Amino acid sequence: MNAEIERQPEEEIKPPVASVGVIGWIRANLFSSWFNSILTLITLYVLWKTVPPFFRWAVIDSNWFSTAEVCRGSEGACWSIIPANIRFILFGFFPYESQWRPLVAMILLVALLFYSRDRKHWKKSLAYAWVIGLVVMGLLMKGGILGLASVETTQWGGLPLTLMLSVFGLTAAYPLGVILALGRQSKMPAVKTLCIIYIEMIRGVPLITLLFMSSVVFPLFLPEGMTVNVILRAQAAIIMFTAAYIAEVVRGGLQGMSKGQYEAAESMGLNYYQTMRLVILPQALKIVIPPTVSQLISALKDTSLVVIIALYDLLKTTQSVLSDPAWMAFSSEAYIFVALIYFLCCYFMSSYSRRLEKELDTGL
Amino acid sequence: MKLFKTSAVFLALLLIFTASVALAGTLEDVRAKGFIQAGVNGDLFGFGKPDEKGVWRGLDVDTARAIAVAIFNDPNAVKFTPLTAKTRFTALQSGEIDVLTRNCTQTLGRDTALGLDFCQVNYYDGQGFLVPKKLGVKSAKELDGAAVCVLPGTTTELNVADFFRSNGMKMKPVVIENTAELAKAFFAGRCDCLTSDASQLAGTRAVAANPKDYIILPEIISKEPLAPAVRHGDNQWKDIVNYSVLAMINAEELGITSKNVDKMLKSKDPKIKRFLGVTAGNGKALGLDEKFAYNIIKKIGNYGEVFERNVGVNTPLGIERGLNALWTDGGLMYSPPFK
Repeated sequence: MNAEIERQPEEEIKPPVASVGVIGWIRANLFSSWFNSILTLITLYVLWKTVPPFFRWAVIDSNWFSTAEVCRGSEGACWSIIPANIRFILFGFFPYESQWRPLVAMILLVALLFYSRDRKHWKKSLAYAWVIGLVVMGLLMKGGILGLASVETTQWGGLPLTLMLSVFGLTAAYPLGVILALGRQSKMPAVKTLCIIYIEMIRGVPLITLLFMSSVVFPLFLPEGMTVNVILRAQAAIIMFTAAYIAEVVRGGLQGMSKGQYEAAESMGLNYYQTMRLVILPQALKIVIPPTVSQLISALKDTSLVVIIALYDLLKTTQSVLSDPAWMAFSSEAYIFVALIYFLCCYFMSSYSRRLEKELDTGL
Repeated sequence: MKLFKTSAVFLALLLIFTASVALAGTLEDVRAKGFIQAGVNGDLFGFGKPDEKGVWRGLDVDTARAIAVAIFNDPNAVKFTPLTAKTRFTALQSGEIDVLTRNCTQTLGRDTALGLDFCQVNYYDGQGFLVPKKLGVKSAKELDGAAVCVLPGTTTELNVADFFRSNGMKMKPVVIENTAELAKAFFAGRCDCLTSDASQLAGTRAVAANPKDYIILPEIISKEPLAPAVRHGDNQWKDIVNYSVLAMINAEELGITSKNVDKMLKSKDPKIKRFLGVTAGNGKALGLDEKFAYNIIKKIGNYGEVFERNVGVNTPLGIERGLNALWTDGGLMYSPPFK
């Protein structure tokens, strides 16, 4: 025992310099074969050709708070288009003096979404918080009481409209989609047929067609003078469309469950609703989180299609600014800004879904 | 099949019902609502577009405001609905809007088959070409084989194809959906010329890094009389829209502006007295306030003022009066007498 402790440690032989540290990493990852070396060199060349000019355009030569005239004389990016028009881009036609109201409503919505991220917060109090939050948001947007000037829904626009169409569209479409998926699996022929017809019909037409139907064809069927709010019509079209797709995704999950799960539930004497609620859906919905979220992300981006029925969502307000001759030349800058906002929203959703998957992972 | 038949009958009944309701007076509806609903462009600088505060501006917008003033004496008693080229006519037919002031070209087909009525033209436009100077082209007839930048979907695309075909020339259309992108493509040299309504060409040229490098060719290849439209069959409403526009033209002809209109009230000229409602008659005939013309000029201005404010030489569009000058100045703007 003692002899072993006293034994002199053997001299450590370090690995060759070329296989550890930075050089080692570079060799292992970038130049491990002649093919990889060529790829690395090509990539470096492309980056060298694109990144410095872009950086020069976007940062070094750029203008941030100048007028359009100054921009036109400059080589760099004209980010000035954003601060000069930010309030119209974000809030559209909402009365200028009252634009703090949609701002507060949006902050409230984002805060609630963030707070709801954590599953520890999923208690009854959260449901109340949402109800109160939604009422407050509605009051802020619509006004009409408590000294707030009334604002027509036709004046809503920009980011609040995009967020509203997406958040309410997605939250309404998801349960509807689940119900449709269950309906499609149902043993009752009438329910099954109706669900199949609905899903296949909606999936068989593009969203643009549905939006056109809702804005152009639908009003002709209504009696003169009776009009349904155009935002509501668009919202309904988006919900109907997304629900059909969600239904098919969820059906994949339901069919992925082994027969044993159903039989086990039956043998325990659970009825249909208990089986679905306690056994099947929790597992099935978990499996389909990734495709569901990609569906929701694409639905969020699809909300920009309301442009064609002249609703002023975020993209449309930006385009409207670009139709001003003063700013027309700076469309790249404006579109980059809008793209960033969309990216943030979508990235939030996808990172949240990854987190949810990890938390719910039971190893099954 | 039976279901189909039943629903077809139901729809037909609904349409008949809708059509019969449409005959009820728009003026009463509007008075009951307290505002008029106007369909406008939304993206056309100088004609219909919100400014950076979201306030609507433009020639078409002012036309709609003039109608609101004629009825309510309030330029803000109007709600604007931005419409696309595709949704504009349905919005009018379905009663979602009361009047369409959206740089809409009056054509026989729209006047008849679509069940619309066009009122007094508020802008005479026409399609032209913008080319770079260095191309060395002096006339549109020399554009054989040119790549032409054009917006899709409107009459513009059709007109330019007709023009090239009738002159035995070839063209390569470069079709781009968005005005801003179209201008960018043109300035980047993706096409030899850009075609659009003449009212837009000047504005597009102003966007160029160096506007002097581009010229607008003299040829105007189409007629585009832009006029407000209303539903067919409501003559009183059509008269009101019509004479609201004509009042602005007539005021310019009589030399009445928003600045001197109060002074003009004391004018001895019987034409001016009748026009401004000092001598009663016109208002009652239209079912409006006797002072409707006075109110329009006071709150909106005469046609010349509206033109200069929105599209005239001191705006980014920088458009000369041209066809839109008064008939006394060689243009087409002509108002029948107000009596």
